[in-house]
Amino acid sequence: MSSRGAASSSGGPQLGTSDSSKRISKKPKYSRFTQQELPACKPILTPGWVIATFIAVGIVFIPIGLASLFASQRVVEIVHRYDEECVPPIFSGDQLAFIQSSITNKTCTKNFTVPKQMKGPVYVYYQLDNFYQNHRRYVKSRSDKQLRSKAGELDISTCKPEATTGNNSPIVPCGLIAWSLFNDTYGFSVKNKVLNVSKKNIAWKSDQEHKFGSDVYPKNFQSGGLIGGGKLNASIPLSEQEDLIVWMRTAALPTFRKLYGKIETDLEANDEITVVIQNNYNTYSFGGRKRLVLSTTSWIGGKNDFLGIAYLTVGGFCIFLAIGFLLLYVIKPRPLGDPAFLSWNRNPSGIMN
Amino acid sequence: MPMRTIDGIGQTELRITGETLPCDMVLLSTSDPTGVAYVQTVNLDGESNLKTRYAKQETLFKMPEKEKVTGLIKCEKPNRNIYGFHANMEVDGKRLSLGPSNIILRGCELKNTEWGIGVAVYAGRETKAMLNNSGAPSKRSRLETHMNIEIIILSLFLITLCTIVSACALAWLLRHKNELNYLPYYRKKDSAGEDYNYYNVGLEILFTFLMSVIVFQIMIPISLYISMELVRVGQAYFMIRDTKMYDEASNSRFQCRSLNINEDLGQIKYVFSDKTGTLTENKMEFQRVSIWGVDYSGAKSQIEPVGYSVQVEGKVIKPKMNVKTDPELLQLSERRNDTKEGRHVYDFFLALAACNTIVPLVTDTSDPTEKMIDYQGESPDEQALVYAAAAYGFMLIERTSGYIVIDIQGERQRFNVLGLHEFDSDRKRMSVILGCPDKSVKVFVKGADTSMFGVIDKSLNMNILRATESHLHDYSSLGLRTLVVGMRQLSASEFERWHSSFEEASTAVIGRAALLRKVASAVENNLCILGASAIEDKLQQGVPEAIESLRIAGVKVWVLTGDKQETAISIGYSSKLLTSKMTQIVINNNSKESCRKSLEDAIVMSKKLMTVNGVTDNTGGSSEASPTPVALIIDGTSLVYILDSELEEQLFQLASKCSVVLCCRVAPLQKAGIVALVKNRTADMTLAIGDGANDVSMIQMADVGIGISGQEGRQAVMASDFAMGQFRFLVHLLLVHGHWNYQRMGYMILYNFYRNAVMVFLLFWFVLCTAFTLTTAISEWSSMLYSIIYTSLPTIVVGILDKDLSRRTLLKYPQLYGAGQRHECYNAKLFWLTMVDTLWQSAAIFFIPLLAYWGSSIDISSLGDLWILAVVILVNLHLAIDVIRWTWTTHAVIWGSIIATFICVTVIDALPSLIGYWAIFDVAKTATFWLCLLASVIVGLIPRFVVKYLYQYYSPCDVQIAREAEKFGNLREVGDVQIEMSAILGPQRR
Repeated sequence: MSSRGAASSSGGPQLGTSDSSKRISKKPKYSRFTQQELPACKPILTPGWVIATFIAVGIVFIPIGLASLFASQRVVEIVHRYDEECVPPIFSGDQLAFIQSSITNKTCTKNFTVPKQMKGPVYVYYQLDNFYQNHRRYVKSRSDKQLRSKAGELDISTCKPEATTGNNSPIVPCGLIAWSLFNDTYGFSVKNKVLNVSKKNIAWKSDQEHKFGSDVYPKNFQSGGLIGGGKLNASIPLSEQEDLIVWMRTAALPTFRKLYGKIETDLEANDEITVVIQNNYNTYSFGGRKRLVLSTTSWIGGKNDFLGIAYLTVGGFCIFLAIGFLLLYVIKPRPLGDPAFLSWNRNPSGIMN
Repeated sequence: MPMRTIDGIGQTELRITGETLPCDMVLLSTSDPTGVAYVQTVNLDGESNLKTRYAKQETLFKMPEKEKVTGLIKCEKPNRNIYGFHANMEVDGKRLSLGPSNIILRGCELKNTEWGIGVAVYAGRETKAMLNNSGAPSKRSRLETHMNIEIIILSLFLITLCTIVSACALAWLLRHKNELNYLPYYRKKDSAGEDYNYYNVGLEILFTFLMSVIVFQIMIPISLYISMELVRVGQAYFMIRDTKMYDEASNSRFQCRSLNINEDLGQIKYVFSDKTGTLTENKMEFQRVSIWGVDYSGAKSQIEPVGYSVQVEGKVIKPKMNVKTDPELLQLSERRNDTKEGRHVYDFFLALAACNTIVPLVTDTSDPTEKMIDYQGESPDEQALVYAAAAYGFMLIERTSGYIVIDIQGERQRFNVLGLHEFDSDRKRMSVILGCPDKSVKVFVKGADTSMFGVIDKSLNMNILRATESHLHDYSSLGLRTLVVGMRQLSASEFERWHSSFEEASTAVIGRAALLRKVASAVENNLCILGASAIEDKLQQGVPEAIESLRIAGVKVWVLTGDKQETAISIGYSSKLLTSKMTQIVINNNSKESCRKSLEDAIVMSKKLMTVNGVTDNTGGSSEASPTPVALIIDGTSLVYILDSELEEQLFQLASKCSVVLCCRVAPLQKAGIVALVKNRTADMTLAIGDGANDVSMIQMADVGIGISGQEGRQAVMASDFAMGQFRFLVHLLLVHGHWNYQRMGYMILYNFYRNAVMVFLLFWFVLCTAFTLTTAISEWSSMLYSIIYTSLPTIVVGILDKDLSRRTLLKYPQLYGAGQRHECYNAKLFWLTMVDTLWQSAAIFFIPLLAYWGSSIDISSLGDLWILAVVILVNLHLAIDVIRWTWTTHAVIWGSIIATFICVTVIDALPSLIGYWAIFDVAKTATFWLCLLASVIVGLIPRFVVKYLYQYYSPCDVQIAREAEKFGNLREVGDVQIEMSAILGPQRR
């Protein structure tokens, strides 16, 4: 029998509520992270900010530039190219024959004056031009294992073509880098008094301690048909062969200096220095130039005006920009965040696409 | 009961409730004496309501355990149509037809049915579930497609760089050809006097080229693809977790179903929306009814819904949902056959209760004396109608394949269902043939008005017909969905004729659908009109506002619906899609020629309207600004002639001039056709949103497909790229998340190109100083870690977390969405600008140290360390300049990366086995190192900083102005969040 009643109308909602309480709500939990409302700083490039930034850069850069230029100017540097001069005139047509010959006299004496007082220590460098110590074949041609310990003596797979002698015994130190060791020598004297050049501590301590073993002695070195450069005293362990260690820190660029030694005494202005150069190293085959460099040092290293000039230029340019922006701002300001500038407010018919 | 496993097709098997079927099988019998089995097809189409499947009466009582059943089933070849199945079965010499209602598919579960016996017809890969398993077509984001062009350009750069290096190396080798044996740094000959590692100039150059490819290959940012995936996962996480896109009603979060088109959401130009279930709730409410020419408006009388219940076997049964009733009609229906009016009311409600495919399910409630009746069915309209019938005392109690039981005003009556012609989209109506208890045979038909008026006997009751027609017009102008109900008594001879042809048609294997349609049309004619029902299709919450926002954002919203034109237009008005200011162009044609003509006229007219107002285009902008926007309304019949013909182009021209396009009466494939029409003709991005199976094709066709997890099952969700609960979330999805995603991804791609290119150029410059031999100053470890540790994390974190504008601003100014439509964050111009900047930056960090150290005793590793530190600081600062929101994570990750780089470089230089041992410690002691670092980074960044400032200050884009407004704007615009922000900022910068 049918019946109608108000009570029966509650059936639907009742079921509905029991239903929804049973199922777990999947509503994502509110957190500032998930709603992407983390507190944030929203910098905007306002004219004030930008002008201030450029002024700040200028203020930082110009003094640095001045300081480094000043420091660079204070460095006294004597650079003397000798590769051409040290070939006797009779060999000027065939420099290669001169340098490759074992009988020619390679000694060459040069004089130069000290322009300004040089406070010790005065660093003695040799500088090579057009010498690609960063050449891929060259850089790879070494065996760090062999250099580090005696146990690695046979680890010469990377050293070709200077890995073994003709009868297959390993060369220590192997590889092109060691083979082409620079071997010009310099002897200095002032007023017939010999200037002592210290060759101690010219290499990195870290290299001496960890990269070049104290139990590794040169073996079969420079014994092949082609002589690349200097020879090594077979009774001194590699860790003490500082010239070699310096040489084996391969230079980054094709024009580079390497430290030869240090003169601990001061050199006075107008001192006449006599250098006796043993011109052994062959750069003539590839047109490389050799220079002897005497230089004092400062907090920015050697003499190099580039950084100072660069800093001054950048600093000046920034100040210039700052002034330019300031003028521009004064002449043509724009109110920030003005909705009137929004494209649909400027152009009532909407954005043309 | 024992279970028999199947060995192959044709084996009989047993199944118990609650288990997933492994094959497609034809039902033979079930635990239900009438042979009904309820199945859940949630695995197949996602619909959670129960569907009914029937065992054939002839096989119902055959038990394979007890007797041997022999028979032959002939079925069609395996296909992927899960809603169709044609087969016949010969048992005991009788030929029985089998249809989709007799088969249970793989993946379905039996529910409310203890057991079922069936014959496997398709197994394994041939099951319909597996054949449908092709998955959605893979979509690739527009940004990524553009990016691939730029990657090709980068590849050309790479090849150019390698060619330059090779050519220079060739020149060098030729110039030094005679010296190669002696060069201390080359030494072609080894100690044995043979060439060492040297072949000839040609091969050497080839090796140089290949080696340069290896060294410079990071120009192609492989890591970018990985970063992009990570960023998309992060973006998806935030979209899913957005509380603003959580739907309380369906308890569903936003779903990211595809992970590779997040950024496309920021560039949408066209939105194609389904109406039912998308714009509207698809919760049908029985609102008004017209019976025999009299309009009964329950809504007017404002009567509280009253539950109707019946008592069966001492238990009260009541329907799950209550419906508002009209008291006058209620009285009439209670009086039953007493009056002429009552007779019509009786027939009308009997038709509503009977003419459907609803299955009543009786469930227990908390009250033991009460039972609840739940009407399960595939169509929400039918559900609403059956609930309405129940409220007026015609409660459907039971339905089997053979009969239905209806409780009419407390009296149980059994009607034999002699035949049922299901709804199909051609006829647009369904009919049921009932054998009434008084032995008469009646056919009840219900369907759409257009199809019904064609089959109604016009000679009878003209007045009533007219009255009903005017009621229908009223209803549909209110936005109600209408159905017309008609009936006819069948004479014995008519019934016999129908019965034989129905039997014949339903056992046919080939062309059964067409045959059945013919049989149906034969019986569905000369009907007597009973009345019409009107169901309200409620608009979803927030739809008008969402459409308004989208329109302001410059997104064109097209509505594609299967509904009637009047309904579509009324929904258009109520959803603010159409406004009274708009000029409507309606295209309703029945031939190609007339279509052509009306299209041409329409184009002329729209042009005229445009020129009169002096507006060439009104896609963006506010509606007030362009006085006469045009709305195009076109129906499916016209589209039949237009789509896939030369008229497509004209339609597109017309449609692109209109601000609103409404397509009504469109079939699912036409929806896809319209999407394709736009997609193929413009570069603009399209988005399709829908909730039903009929939207699947359109969702898959559009660049971005969005499924609404609503009432009409889950097929749309399954096919979609994103799924959400409500249409209005589209605003948050596009204007907020889409904008963010696009901006983030666009910036990230450019930044990654820049980041890798700057490194490559740095390496390239150095190669020029090494006799073109591809030595790298930067240690191999550092170059490897560059894109893994040194610079990877900031770009990913910024890509996930950075935000150019707050949600509040983006919602306030929907026009800001235009940034994505105009490709403002990633385009060819930006790419080339970035590349020029890259060149400058790499030059700055390379040449400043180079000149500072030229002719000094610096070693290769120290200089390499300087360069790698400079480039890492540079690219991280570059990112820092562009970061818009600095949260603590951004700080941590940017400064952390720089610190991590210092640590890594230090650790690498502390390994004695490497060439650069201790270099960083040594070089860091010198002032030149730090000065070079500072100068190269600052010099590298100055041009970008200047250009960025000038551009932002003197030619600001909308986003920039909005950002400033967010920060400095007049205080009434600044919300509390912004005030908090400035408090955190502390001292005002300006």
